[in-house]
Amino acid sequence: MPENPATDSAAAGAPLSPLDEAGVAAAVEAALADIAAAGDLDDLKTVRLAHTGDRSPLALANRAIGGLAPADKGAAGRLVGQARGRVNAAVAQRQTVLEAERDARVLVEETVDVTLPVDRRPRGARHPLETLQQRVADVFVAMGWEIADGPELEAEWFNFDALNFGVDHPARQMQDTFYVAHPDGSDEPSNLVLRTHTSPVQARSLLERGVPVYIACPGKVFRTDELDATHTPVFHQVEGLAIDKGLTMAHLKGTLDHFAKAMFGEEARMRLRPSYFPFTEPSAEMDLWFPQKKGGPGWIEWGGCGMVNPNVLRACGVDPEVYSGFAFGMGIERTLMLRHGIGLMHDMVEGDVRFSTQFQAVI
Amino acid sequence: MPRVPLSWLGEHVELPADLTAAQLAADLVKVGLEEEAVHAAAVTGPLVVGRVVERTPEPQKNGKTINWCRVDVGPAHNEPGGTPRGIVCGAHNFDVGDHVVVALPGAVLPGPFPIASRRTYGHVSDGMICSARELGLGEDHSGIIVLSEIGLDAPVGTDARELLGLGEEVLEINVTPDRGYCFSMRGVAREYAHSTGATFTDPALPEPTDVRPAGFAVEIDDDAPIHGVPGADRFVAQVVRGVRANDPSPAWMQRRLQQAGMRPISLAVDVTNYVMLDLGQPLHAYDLATLTAPIVVRRARAGEKLRTLDDQVRTLDPQDLLITDSPDGRGSRPIGLAAVMGGGETEVSASTTDLLLEAAHFDPVSVARTARRHKLPSEASKRFERGVDPRLPRVAVARAAALLVEHGGGTVDAELTDVDRTTPPASIELDLDHPGRLVGVPYTHDEVRDVLTQIGASVRDARTGVAEVTPPTWRPDLTVAVDLVEEVARLRGYDAIPSVIPPAPAGLGLTWAQRARRAIADALAEAGLVEVLSYPFVGTEQLDALGLPDDDERRRTVRLVNPLSDAQPLLRTDLLVTLLDTARRNVARGNVDVCVYEIGLVTRPVAGSGAAPALPGGVRPSQEELDAIAAAVPPQPRHVAGVLAGRVEPAGVWGPGRRADHTDAIAAAQRVAQVAGLPVRLVADAERAPWHPGRCARVETLDGVVLGWAGELHPNVVAAHDLPARAAAFELDLDAVLGAAPTDALQARAVSTFPVAKEDVALVVPADVPAAEVLDAVRTGAAASPAGDVVEDVRLFDVYEGDQVPAGHRSLAFALRLRAGDRTLTAAETAAVRDAVVVEAAARFGATLRA
Repeated sequence: MPENPATDSAAAGAPLSPLDEAGVAAAVEAALADIAAAGDLDDLKTVRLAHTGDRSPLALANRAIGGLAPADKGAAGRLVGQARGRVNAAVAQRQTVLEAERDARVLVEETVDVTLPVDRRPRGARHPLETLQQRVADVFVAMGWEIADGPELEAEWFNFDALNFGVDHPARQMQDTFYVAHPDGSDEPSNLVLRTHTSPVQARSLLERGVPVYIACPGKVFRTDELDATHTPVFHQVEGLAIDKGLTMAHLKGTLDHFAKAMFGEEARMRLRPSYFPFTEPSAEMDLWFPQKKGGPGWIEWGGCGMVNPNVLRACGVDPEVYSGFAFGMGIERTLMLRHGIGLMHDMVEGDVRFSTQFQAVI
Repeated sequence: MPRVPLSWLGEHVELPADLTAAQLAADLVKVGLEEEAVHAAAVTGPLVVGRVVERTPEPQKNGKTINWCRVDVGPAHNEPGGTPRGIVCGAHNFDVGDHVVVALPGAVLPGPFPIASRRTYGHVSDGMICSARELGLGEDHSGIIVLSEIGLDAPVGTDARELLGLGEEVLEINVTPDRGYCFSMRGVAREYAHSTGATFTDPALPEPTDVRPAGFAVEIDDDAPIHGVPGADRFVAQVVRGVRANDPSPAWMQRRLQQAGMRPISLAVDVTNYVMLDLGQPLHAYDLATLTAPIVVRRARAGEKLRTLDDQVRTLDPQDLLITDSPDGRGSRPIGLAAVMGGGETEVSASTTDLLLEAAHFDPVSVARTARRHKLPSEASKRFERGVDPRLPRVAVARAAALLVEHGGGTVDAELTDVDRTTPPASIELDLDHPGRLVGVPYTHDEVRDVLTQIGASVRDARTGVAEVTPPTWRPDLTVAVDLVEEVARLRGYDAIPSVIPPAPAGLGLTWAQRARRAIADALAEAGLVEVLSYPFVGTEQLDALGLPDDDERRRTVRLVNPLSDAQPLLRTDLLVTLLDTARRNVARGNVDVCVYEIGLVTRPVAGSGAAPALPGGVRPSQEELDAIAAAVPPQPRHVAGVLAGRVEPAGVWGPGRRADHTDAIAAAQRVAQVAGLPVRLVADAERAPWHPGRCARVETLDGVVLGWAGELHPNVVAAHDLPARAAAFELDLDAVLGAAPTDALQARAVSTFPVAKEDVALVVPADVPAAEVLDAVRTGAAASPAGDVVEDVRLFDVYEGDQVPAGHRSLAFALRLRAGDRTLTAAETAAVRDAVVVEAAARFGATLRA
């Protein structure tokens, strides 16, 4: 605690006269010096009590005013009042400064290592095949299309016949179909299959929704392929179908071009080349120009498409003389593998959490 | 799929001299023939004809004898000074003077197997004398190739790659099922011409039309046509006599057959194969001496048998179409499965000199069924299934007969049998604007006519703007107007089609259910679970591992006829069946803290359901038929399930972390319902596999509709799946959750700004009363108090069992937050709420207020 003459004088008990201008000024100076010297809030509290407390010289001088002659009271009151005011103001000012210093010190003392691990409750992740299907759906929704779905275990009529696959047509044999046993356990055909493509949703949508229709259907499909680096018996496709008056193959191309750009960027290009599917005529394979292809840029098969065969429209009660339209289907796995450099099909289908957790960010 | 040697193709269409297989592939893909593979030249580097000039057998210590040979490979390849090359050879089937095939250092044989000089058996062997197998010419490795034995010869030093056809690239193409005629050089050459404009000469035109005396008697007698289409509508038979049928075919023919992927066998067989590859017409050669007229084409009779060329005895089906002859009466003996495989008894044998050549036209459906039934996809059946030009048989027989005589001597009979019941292709009316309208390119009428003429159709103007188009006989796939539209688009090029985005009508976006499914999937991921996908195939053992009772509805499964694995022929009825295996795989790979979830369909067949109706395409089914389909397709509800095992909160600088338990599973299930906006209640369920009987909650709507289960897994299930102890799981019927969720827009409560009153109530109840029921009583009681609707929140914050409550009881302490919307609650009002709570709980469970 600093040397404190005021305290000393108060302790000495020599009362300060309220009319003693020099004495009052000295008391003020002494107080201001002590206040300035107070190093922390505790010091300041002591100083404040010494200079403004009940037994401080200025307080005593103030009390002594009552005993003065009435003529002196005014001058004494002004003198002591101003003195006390200056001291109080100085205390308050110093208090603010010291509080700010204390607060700053506390914050420094509270410093922690902010780089310590904090992930007490880690996020999980969506499977990228699912996220990608959502992204695909969003692109079509943005074009005004709607999203449809259908059963995975499907009637052969929807999977094949409605799509113009004749019972004996080689194309029907080429689909590597999983056939479903008759529910009664007999060897009779159940006429049920695991859908080999998402195309049965075309027929279902036409029958349920009528025309015009613009729908996309992402979903699971099944083929009797053993799992290897590039094949899986269960995979995903997205099917698109647009039936309206006056739709042409140019509209098909425009839709696919837009979709390719949405998935692979402005540089993406699409190429159609003649092919065959029973449910479209004309039919085409679509190839995607893929600049990042291993071994140099090139075309990559992406899916099949074409103008919906009039027989399909008839099977769904739509008059092909009035309506036309197009359909397309493409593999989601392939798209994901291309976009993200996934080399092995196994990673996508085995359910190892280390695969999905790579995809925590928006893709 | 067909292989196209460039030099062969060039016989029918003009090819640029520098054409590569890659360029040919690029040209063909434009018209729809996709590249399957480019088969590189089988051999690169020096492969030459050599003459053996010395052969010295040298017995070795290992018991083998090798031959140390000197082989003259011509001045360009012999050693300096003209010394023949020294080569070690392990084979013994040759002698001095034989012409053989020598791979010299620098050559690369199939494998790839590079040849270099090497020291072996005490000599420097400066090359290799090759066997057929070493050159990729077949499986023969019994000895080296002696050229004279395979009917070849060439001077010493000749490039043997050329001689054997091993130096040329071959393009293999993929032919779509509608383009059967491209299973021939004739068809591919035509398509090449379409793509490039090159000049094409059709090797099958003109068709011979000269009238010949009737030959070997043939009758077509199909008494059971499939779909009303006779199994055969043309049969041409030609006798060729005095042929050396078993001679090797000429080297050029052998080379081409090998390039096309076929093995040369004998002149008679090779000629029929060669003509088939060239023109697309399958042919069969019978040993005439074994046949008894007439040949009858008929359906098989039940139980009839045939030993086919592959020496299998096959039991025939009444739908099989047969070629028969008549040794014991008309049509008594089957001699071939039409268009699929010939019979053994009439095949060309070592003694055969007189042949009967068959070229016929068969119904694709009949052929397809027979090939499938007997699992015999042959070169012939592949072509007939896709459609063969019915005008080919006479051309093909003439070609084959001429080749046989040219290379095997003999004579062609003047007689010829041609049973021809074919009908010309039906004409198609085409609105000439149709191609432009459907493709979106303004083709002129002349363009349309030109393209159709190019593909071989005849085009006649029917009336203004409408043409009558008769497709060529080799295009049975062209039957309706859109087929012709594709031809126009294809030949004018798909690249010419502009790109236009169609203006779809304004859509409604995703449905509520679609958005809810996304939100639920996202919420589970945010809650720490990782989404996975698992295959739906399961076996009984997996159902057993879940501890399902025998009568559990989840044992009523759909079975696949042709599963990938016989151990997993069933479709899952719950996601957990396969998801638990996914969890197990993760743990086995060291991912011991594993929280996974899956959203997917399960299959729940209805007892007593039947087959779906088999209905034709091209016709809209009646409503009854559609209903029958709907009834036969099993319900496939979408489920959501999760498995939580190991730590849900990892150990770290903050402490030891936390292991998953039943609460995590229940919380996840509740989260699903919460995102759907569906209030649910939990009911203890001791009966549900695969859960722990004391730690399983059934999740229900407030109306009691069961949505699913959540809790700790049964210890046996945990052990069976090698999961960490106390692993937990949940599974909900997501369709049921979304179906039960309120669809009306939520009506918000006003936010009161009056002060909150907090009231704690501890109730002593019998220990077996579930907390959820007490909570319900607290809510009900509070709501019934005279203060009115003032309960903002009720939370159970403490459960106490011990000395301070009676035995068999426990104390449940609830924190109530009370607030009115229109006033500050008085002390009397909050006391009234508290009293009402106690009254309700006392009435329901005999609860008392804890002292």
